[in-house]
Amino acid sequence: MEYVSPEGLRLDGRRPMEMRQIRGEIGAVAKADGSAVFEMGNTKVIAAVYGPREVQNRSQQMNDQALVRCEYSMANFSTGDRMRKPKGDRRSTEISLVIRQTMEACIMTHLMPRSQIDIFVQVLQADGGTRSACINAATLALADAGIPMRDLVTSCSSGYLNSTALLDLNYVEDSAGGPDVTVGFLPKLDKVTLLQMDAKLPLDIFENVMQLAIEGCKAVANYIRELLLENTKQLEYRRGV
Amino acid sequence: MLHSKSFVKKTRGGKVTKVVREHYLRDDIYCGASICKVCDPSVARLSASASTILILDTNVVLNQIDLLENPAIDDVVLLSIVLEEVKNKNLSVYNRVRSICSNSLRKFFVFSNEHHKDTYVKEMDGESKNDRNDRAIRVATQWYQTHLGGATRVLLLTNDRENKRKANEEGISAETVETYVKSLGRPDLLDLLVQNASGDVGMEDVEDLRPSKRKILYTEHKPMSEITSGLHRGIYHQGKLRVNRYNPFEAYVGSESIGDEIIIYGRTNMNRAFDGDIVAVELLPQDQWHEEKSLSIADEEDEEEEGVHLVPGSADDAPRTTGQLQGSSGETAPVSFRPSGRVVGIIKRNWHSYCGSLEPMPKPAGSGGIAHALFVSKDRRIPKIRIQTRQLENLLDKRIVVAVDSWDRLSRYPSGHYIRTIGEIGDRDTETEVVLIENDINSRPFSSQVLACLPPLPWSVSPEDLTNPIRQDLRHLRVFSVDPPGCKDIDDALHCTSLPNGNFEVGVHIADVTNFVQPGTPLDEEATQRGTSVYLVERRIDMLPKPLTEDICSLRADVERLAFSVIWEMTPEAEIISTRYTKSVIKSCAAMSYIEAQAKMDDSRLMDPLTTDLRNMNTLAKIMRLRRIERGAITLASAEVKFQIDTETHDPLDIGMYQIREANQMVEEFMLAANVSVSEKILKHFPLCSLLRRHPIPTREMLQPLLLTAAAVGLNLDVSSSKALADSLDRAVGDDPYFNKLIRILATRCMTQAVYFCSGDLSPPEYHHYGLATPIYTHFTSPIRRYADVIVHRLLAASLGIYKLPVIFQDRPQLTSIADNLNYRHRNAQMASRASVELHTLIYFRKRPTDTEARIVKIRSNGFIVFLPKFGIEGPVYLTQRGENGGGEWFVDEQQQKIKKMDGSLSYSVLQAVRIHLEVVEPQPNRPKLHLSLL
Ligand SMILES: [Zn+2]
Repeated sequence: MEYVSPEGLRLDGRRPMEMRQIRGEIGAVAKADGSAVFEMGNTKVIAAVYGPREVQNRSQQMNDQALVRCEYSMANFSTGDRMRKPKGDRRSTEISLVIRQTMEACIMTHLMPRSQIDIFVQVLQADGGTRSACINAATLALADAGIPMRDLVTSCSSGYLNSTALLDLNYVEDSAGGPDVTVGFLPKLDKVTLLQMDAKLPLDIFENVMQLAIEGCKAVANYIRELLLENTKQLEYRRGV
Repeated sequence: MLHSKSFVKKTRGGKVTKVVREHYLRDDIYCGASICKVCDPSVARLSASASTILILDTNVVLNQIDLLENPAIDDVVLLSIVLEEVKNKNLSVYNRVRSICSNSLRKFFVFSNEHHKDTYVKEMDGESKNDRNDRAIRVATQWYQTHLGGATRVLLLTNDRENKRKANEEGISAETVETYVKSLGRPDLLDLLVQNASGDVGMEDVEDLRPSKRKILYTEHKPMSEITSGLHRGIYHQGKLRVNRYNPFEAYVGSESIGDEIIIYGRTNMNRAFDGDIVAVELLPQDQWHEEKSLSIADEEDEEEEGVHLVPGSADDAPRTTGQLQGSSGETAPVSFRPSGRVVGIIKRNWHSYCGSLEPMPKPAGSGGIAHALFVSKDRRIPKIRIQTRQLENLLDKRIVVAVDSWDRLSRYPSGHYIRTIGEIGDRDTETEVVLIENDINSRPFSSQVLACLPPLPWSVSPEDLTNPIRQDLRHLRVFSVDPPGCKDIDDALHCTSLPNGNFEVGVHIADVTNFVQPGTPLDEEATQRGTSVYLVERRIDMLPKPLTEDICSLRADVERLAFSVIWEMTPEAEIISTRYTKSVIKSCAAMSYIEAQAKMDDSRLMDPLTTDLRNMNTLAKIMRLRRIERGAITLASAEVKFQIDTETHDPLDIGMYQIREANQMVEEFMLAANVSVSEKILKHFPLCSLLRRHPIPTREMLQPLLLTAAAVGLNLDVSSSKALADSLDRAVGDDPYFNKLIRILATRCMTQAVYFCSGDLSPPEYHHYGLATPIYTHFTSPIRRYADVIVHRLLAASLGIYKLPVIFQDRPQLTSIADNLNYRHRNAQMASRASVELHTLIYFRKRPTDTEARIVKIRSNGFIVFLPKFGIEGPVYLTQRGENGGGEWFVDEQQQKIKKMDGSLSYSVLQAVRIHLEVVEPQPNRPKLHLSLL
């Protein structure tokens, strides 16, 4: 299968180093302390954050830091086949864990001891790169909730098909079965906090592919920063400052 | 990074689910015309002087690919939608058109119209996919017209009447291919056009239109759905059709479902299938399995007689023998137990282009008119092909290339069209090119990308190479090479040092090709494709570029070279005590020919160290050889000939058998030992992905012709194992000094060739190499001219921990396909060499009719086949006129393998010596061939 034409275009018309159109929206769930919708192409994710608030289960309370919890789910209508998936299957549990660990690494949990932060993410539409979209949405929602963070953690995936490194795989490219790398990145600190790949790739190619994903993360971070600035301006304006 | 661009979502309705895909439209897709002021000129492909820019419709690409491959058609824009449609309909055409696009000499530009913001069209309500795509093509053409603003003509070529009409209505200039090609004023291009199936007029020139013949000749092919269900139910069997190279009316289909070969007799049962087609076969009722055979030749009027050809080197070159003598007496012939069948449908066509010439016919009176002719392929497995041409008188004495277009039920022959002319028949260069094309050999110069992978010249061993810890400095050793005279690609060298303990250190040093051919580079890919160097009589087609082949890798005398060495410690009894493998730097002190080395060893006055080394090695080699023969290795005999070529005219001056000396055998023995040692090492480390070479045990059926001949002369051969056969071959000595060699030559041609395989694909008992009688074997010693050896070098380096194993070795299917390709390339290279020798034999005898000694190797119904030992060829001698089938005058004694005259005055038996007159005759103009007659 030809995923990149000799003219250098991918199936959907992007060039290998190009990301899909991204779009974020702050404040989609009024009841939550912070919320956001994040889209990467046709992948659409909603995130809601509650907290910091009192720890529900006392036994889990930690005296020196906040407890971060994450629940990931996929809407039944999110994929083409509309299959009913039981909640808490292995994949969901794994992704919940990945998101939790990534967010935990950037939240300044030591500032909020004996409290709990809940992050809910739900995939509304899936078209590849759901993990990355979830992390980006969660970051935006955490920022919206005003939770102190070291940096804005962002995520992007990249893959390797037809001997070409491709940024931000969509569903078709993702199902090609080639290696794909998901990176979580702290742009200000220039640190990688998440790196996932479940295929074999020679080291030198892997470095290229990972670097490409990092560039993607940086682009997402720029976009998120602008979005937050714009949002803050709006808030200031509304308050009449 | 992200362009701001508008995008629409394209929806494709599936069976159940609705699939939504993003579709980005861009503003950075350029038109590719160098005259354009707006677009990025760096990507422009179309020439500035182009008077017309052609845009092709899908049907034009699909049907007229031969025309497009002609350089006369240039400045073409291919739309991505057209490519997509072509890809879905015919992958092989797609690959061909893609390779035109990537050819830097051609001006084909691919315009991604589907992603351009101005040329993307959305499907309208009620519009079919085809109509939508046609509209997209028109919109793109229109865009080019306005974009280029009338600077050049933009012309849409389409053979779709509807599309052309709509285009004209919309103000787009559109023409059919025929009109356009006619406007170019090149009649030769018109021949390239594929004929419409309906244009079947005027064929009476070539095809018999007598009422009895104009009936339906072939049964209809079953539709695909019926074939699938038939295969499923086990009524039909699927397999690749292989036509007998020596009898084109007989074919075989290897079927997995019945675990045997199905034989198909006659063109009617073959039902228009070509060699290499994947077909569905239906078995005939068992009582017809035998009868069909006698019909096989009789019902075809255009039987060709067998020509004089080179002596087969193995069973793969020899005619297949399904029964015994054909048509001799009928009732005495044993019944063939193999199933026979007929083709009911073709699953996948293997049509490509074929080399050959037109069947001789009178020259036309006028010129320029359309003439019909029959094309005869050089490859006898291919039926004659009808073509139309406007340049008949030019083509009659030429070698041409022709492609097949169709074959309907009413036609005896398939129809096709002319592609190009190679040159005059009989001309050496033309015939050599035919040989190369026939065997799919790439003789084009290496591309600039490939040459860019070469190290800078002049190259020499660098200080880094010497200090590299993986490389041992062996320059102090007395290394030498022994090769055929004039050999420039020296890939092996040897050394032999006496050790204080009385043992010998023996080393085989092989050119370190993998140091220069890195995996994944264009150089490596090219070598993978070529697979092997090809040796023709007057030229060599290299696998690697000349600087590597003749200089950098070649282990020439008195220069430092990089090598991969296998070094043994051996007792004087040639027992291997230890083996080590290392990359090395060597400096050969002498590059000898076999003759020189032999002369040194034989000259008892010489006592210099080099000669002593040679003698020591020879002693060891003799012991090793003896041991190998004891294990059951078979000493085969080949009838290899050698030409002496005139340096100026390149014509053969002399011809003779290749003489094998002790020195040859000595070098061969150590190469075998090195290959065995390396195969053991790599298999130990990589049991699943090693590349090995195996030689299958010949079946009794394959040895049948040998046994028959042997029995006729009263010789009893034991073929139960290779050891038994080797022993009985040794015992086969008659009064005749040539008898043993003759029997060995006959044995050799019964065996198949050894093949490469991936160790993970077979189980260890199947690794066996029958001819060499070793459990495992591989090729390590000729990496300059064989790609298999390059792979083995990489495996060996990885097993020593020098380099990591390239990723490709983890991919077993790909490894298997590489092994298959190597087998295919080796086979073709061999056939090309043989064809080249046959060609030069013909040229040699053109001016030299000769009388010579010959041996009868096979009795036929109307004569016998003789073998000419001096020239390594064999061919038929007819005692009666063709078609008379013995004529009652002669009869064949099958048991005794004799042909006798009825009155008993004359008889010939197998292996008997006869005197033969050999000359070149031209029964038809421009069709010279060798003819043998009895003196
Ligand atoms: Zn332009």
